Amino acid sequence: MTATNPAIEVAGLTKSYGEHAVLDGVELTVPQGTVYALLGPNGAGKTTIVNILSTLLAPGDGEIRVAGFDVRREPAGVRAVIGATGQFSAIDTLLTGRENLRLMADLTHLDRAAATAAVTMMLTRFDLADAADRRAQTYSGGMKRRLDLAMTLIARPQIIFLDEPTAGLDPRSRRNLWAIVREQVADGVTVLLTTQYLEEADQLADRIGVLDNGRLVAEGTAAELKRRVPGGCVSVRFTDTAGLAAAVSVNPQASTDTEALTLRLPGDGSIAGLRRLLDTLDDDRVAGLTVTSADLDDVFLALTGHAAEASAAEEIPA
Amino acid sequence: MSGTYTVRDSMTMLRRNLRHIRRYPSLSIMLVAQPILFLLLFVYVFGGTLGAGLPGHEGGGNRGDYLAFIMPGILFMTIASIALGTAISTATDMTTGIIARFRTMNIARLSVLTGHVLGAVIRTGCAVVIVTAFAFLLGFRSDAAPLGWLAAIGLLILIAFALTWLTVGMGLAADSVETASNTPLFLMILPFVSSGFVPTDAMPAGLRQFAEHQPFTPMINTLRALVTGAPTGSDRWLAIGWCILIALLGYLWSRRLFLRVPAT
Ligand SMILES: Nc1ncnc2c1ncn2[C@@H]1O[C@H](COP(=O)(O)OP(=O)(O)OP(=O)(O)O)[C@@H](O)[C@H]1O
Ligand SMILES: [Mg+2]
Repeated sequence: MTATNPAIEVAGLTKSYGEHAVLDGVELTVPQGTVYALLGPNGAGKTTIVNILSTLLAPGDGEIRVAGFDVRREPAGVRAVIGATGQFSAIDTLLTGRENLRLMADLTHLDRAAATAAVTMMLTRFDLADAADRRAQTYSGGMKRRLDLAMTLIARPQIIFLDEPTAGLDPRSRRNLWAIVREQVADGVTVLLTTQYLEEADQLADRIGVLDNGRLVAEGTAAELKRRVPGGCVSVRFTDTAGLAAAVSVNPQASTDTEALTLRLPGDGSIAGLRRLLDTLDDDRVAGLTVTSADLDDVFLALTGHAAEASAAEEIPA
Repeated sequence: MSGTYTVRDSMTMLRRNLRHIRRYPSLSIMLVAQPILFLLLFVYVFGGTLGAGLPGHEGGGNRGDYLAFIMPGILFMTIASIALGTAISTATDMTTGIIARFRTMNIARLSVLTGHVLGAVIRTGCAVVIVTAFAFLLGFRSDAAPLGWLAAIGLLILIAFALTWLTVGMGLAADSVETASNTPLFLMILPFVSSGFVPTDAMPAGLRQFAEHQPFTPMINTLRALVTGAPTGSDRWLAIGWCILIALLGYLWSRRLFLRVPAT
């Protein structure tokens, strides 16, 4: 792999199950040492892409190269440089955490001393030292997820695929995982991850691809994507119910939270729009005002023309 | 690259397999108990009557003679029983997420399966020792020379190897663990339609034809000859031939099932 070779190159990738087209002409390029996030709702095709790139699933059409190796013709070359943590746990639940890591170290062909050292290091690094000699079956969801990731990283892959790596993690574990991903990237590793959270893509990714129904509907940096979503949202908090009621009567399109005495309105991003809204409000009755930028739902709504939830509901159970 | 690590990866997977057995011993205990129950059933319930019908004994044989007669059949069932367990454990293993991880790694591709097969052969060895010891407690004695026993052990290993590759294939082909526990049942039934439990000449013509020519009969006959010190004759080559054929077909079938990159 030369420095000019992108780590991942996908052109015209399709995949269908019978009549059902799951991927429809996906194009993406990930330069070495960068993080690419695939953002998309349930059923968008994120796992399908990751499985094809990690040689688990045969692609339909298209040109797919990982570290310069063709996934169809040179799968062994691909496997030699990648590490994958799938969406569903890929640990051996009958073995302990230590044994799981040792299994990976042995399959990576580390010598005995190096294997022992690497296992100990990973157990500490991933906060699993105390549970190291317990069967993985007894681990909590977050512990399993950490072990899963540690098993991928112990082999020191050059390219890592992470399919929804933080699903089910608490905020602290999620931040730890982000830190680990950043460290890997600092070491020159390339990461392709999938997520349903814009914030995560925002935090980690150099580039983000928004996937919807098997198509990349938008691609760019986090800032570029957010710029394509106008407005965000304006929330106004009132001092009393009467103030809220008065505001609702002139802004019937708003959503309200009577508990918190708050009114939420989609903004259009313009000063004029914001001024028009403020003109309808009674100064004395406003306790506070926030303008928030777009979140994932807004991005989906703007880029795909439908909300993330709606497309999740469409998903056909497997 | 993976070629050079075939042995090492297979040994790693064997260690994994043996750990699983230790963590989940109930299946192994059940699988060893099966042939022992058959042994007790045949010796104590049927043995008196069936022993009396054995040829070559003055005025018919007794329970002890019958025990000696069925010992090879029982050993065969021991192997079949462990092989059945291998179908179950392979199918169970395929449902776990770690198999997908192995598939994304640059390791000897079949090492997971080799781990299952080697583990099963070791388990079969232990089971055969336990069942034979049990038979000794019931009064089984052998006139065979050490060389005969050595040859018998060799044949037992070969049979175990063949049946295990076959049942690994069944485990891979099964769409569920239940299916995997049912398809190999014929391995437990077929020994009854062989020379294992009654002499074949007592069977009706069609059945007898089948019993005399099915692959397990030469294996059981050869085992019987080896543990009683009798000459093995041409059955020996038939037995070895069948074992190699079954092992090869089982291996190729398993290999095909495991290596295909799923389109779905
Ligand atoms: N084996 C299969 N047979 C038929 N359809 C399938 C199969 N696997 C996946 N699909 C379909 O492909 C589509 C994409 O699935 P995929 O798992 O890639 O989505 P995803 O983006 O990972 O979703 P999630 O966020 O729920 O994990 C879905 O509509 C799914 O139903
Ligand atoms: Mg998925």
